[in-house]
Amino acid sequence: MLTDRAKVVVKKEMNFWERIYLPAILGGTLITIKHLFKRKTTIKFPEVKREISAVWRGQHVLKRDEHGAERCTACGLCAVACPAEAITMTAAERKKGEENLYREEKYAAVYEINMLRCIFCGLCEEACPKEAIFLTDRIESTDYSRQAFIFGKDKLVEPVDKRIDVTKRQTSEVLEFKKNKQLSHNR
Amino acid sequence: MAKVTIDGIEIEVPDGTTILNAARQIGGEVVPPAMCYYTSLKETGGKCRVCLVKVTQGSAKDPRPMPKLVASCRTPVADGMVVQNITSPDVLEARKGVVEFLLLNHPLDCPICDQAGECDLQDLSYEHGTEGTRTEFERRTFDKIDIGDKIKLHMTRCILCYRCVFVADQLTPERVHGVLNRGDRSEISTYIEKAVDNDFSGNMIDVCPVGALTDRTFRFKSRVWFTKPMDAHRNCSKCCGKVVLWMKGNEVLRVTGRKDRYGEVKEFICNECRFEHKNPADWTIEGPRHINRHSVISQNHYEKIDLQNLKREVERQIVFQKGRQLPEASPNS
Repeated sequence: MLTDRAKVVVKKEMNFWERIYLPAILGGTLITIKHLFKRKTTIKFPEVKREISAVWRGQHVLKRDEHGAERCTACGLCAVACPAEAITMTAAERKKGEENLYREEKYAAVYEINMLRCIFCGLCEEACPKEAIFLTDRIESTDYSRQAFIFGKDKLVEPVDKRIDVTKRQTSEVLEFKKNKQLSHNR
Repeated sequence: MAKVTIDGIEIEVPDGTTILNAARQIGGEVVPPAMCYYTSLKETGGKCRVCLVKVTQGSAKDPRPMPKLVASCRTPVADGMVVQNITSPDVLEARKGVVEFLLLNHPLDCPICDQAGECDLQDLSYEHGTEGTRTEFERRTFDKIDIGDKIKLHMTRCILCYRCVFVADQLTPERVHGVLNRGDRSEISTYIEKAVDNDFSGNMIDVCPVGALTDRTFRFKSRVWFTKPMDAHRNCSKCCGKVVLWMKGNEVLRVTGRKDRYGEVKEFICNECRFEHKNPADWTIEGPRHINRHSVISQNHYEKIDLQNLKREVERQIVFQKGRQLPEASPNS
């Protein structure tokens, strides 16, 4: 025996009322009827949406900078920080004439997040030195095939004309930190 | 033979050994970092100043302390010398200043740089530097230069350790690359971008402590920590043929020499091994390479622990911690 908490099972003979099961059935029905008059715990999604926190961690976005160039430089820090190993990427060198597309001389030619592996912990966002990846308050869409859950750059990078607002995720501390020009990465 | 005490640990080394090498014989935390000193290259050292140590007692005959901090890679030991490295706040403070100076002009482009993850300057500034900078000037910038078709020079990242110049000097018969200009403006250059087409010129990639000289065949292929280092060798008529293959799956992304724990290559390899043989079938693979578990490259690499080595390490730590403690004050003082 591993513990001293073992219980001996008592097989007591049932009496007449217990044997006909009717009181037990009635008791169960009563509980069901009581719940009909209680407040519902479910909502009618998608007509009704639940209120979510300002720092809700939903679907990722790869941000562009103010000129519309992609911020991501394929440094691989998100992928190494990811505990679920959901992120993979391939880097490429920026060619002449692509300066308006990519901010740095290196960029992610392929950037994939496997949404089935992702646990939405937000460590990629925390690791990113370029403020490129953010988790947004969007809820990730559903699909039938596994392949559709591997989100590539087509789904992750924000469209130039339809920017995704992440200001809610930048707390006052972050904004204060960015103002500090003494820190070399703010230059 | 000379008996020296470094951070409270006594060791006997042959005369003429430098303090740095004496400390390396002890090993562990007492070893001063070195950015420019390179064991397998003659005349290196004394340039970067990160190996500064304090000599509190010059020798047994002349116990006066040395007036200033000295570069341990260039100072030979004397019998009865007492050296302080990490036990001296002065040394740590000075080293912090040196790191700040090294980072004055060094760009913060680690996310782009191929050296990130195995960069000596990254480790050094992580350990000894501050995250802020006090300079308000623009960093100096240079255009990228292709040294031959296999090596890329990012002069912007260079910290002027001169290691690659010594490689060019000592390994390759005729020198085609050196340092131009002086002071703030000095830069490593080939004479008018003349190609370095010597058989051993690729070694300047390995000796570079930062990402100034990088392999063009590996450029932006993968971050170092996504590759798997494997020890391998082949029969080469020009060099020893002992290399590390940096693999991703069955693909060889990069070939480098074998760096020891101080980031130094003892046996240089030729350009043919380094650049031409990217097929795993060309190599006899010996097995996965040991990577220090504090390195980011060790991410997701598992290896068996050598218990005897672990025991030795623990014993060494105990001796070291004992030496670090100040002697107990006598009760009557």
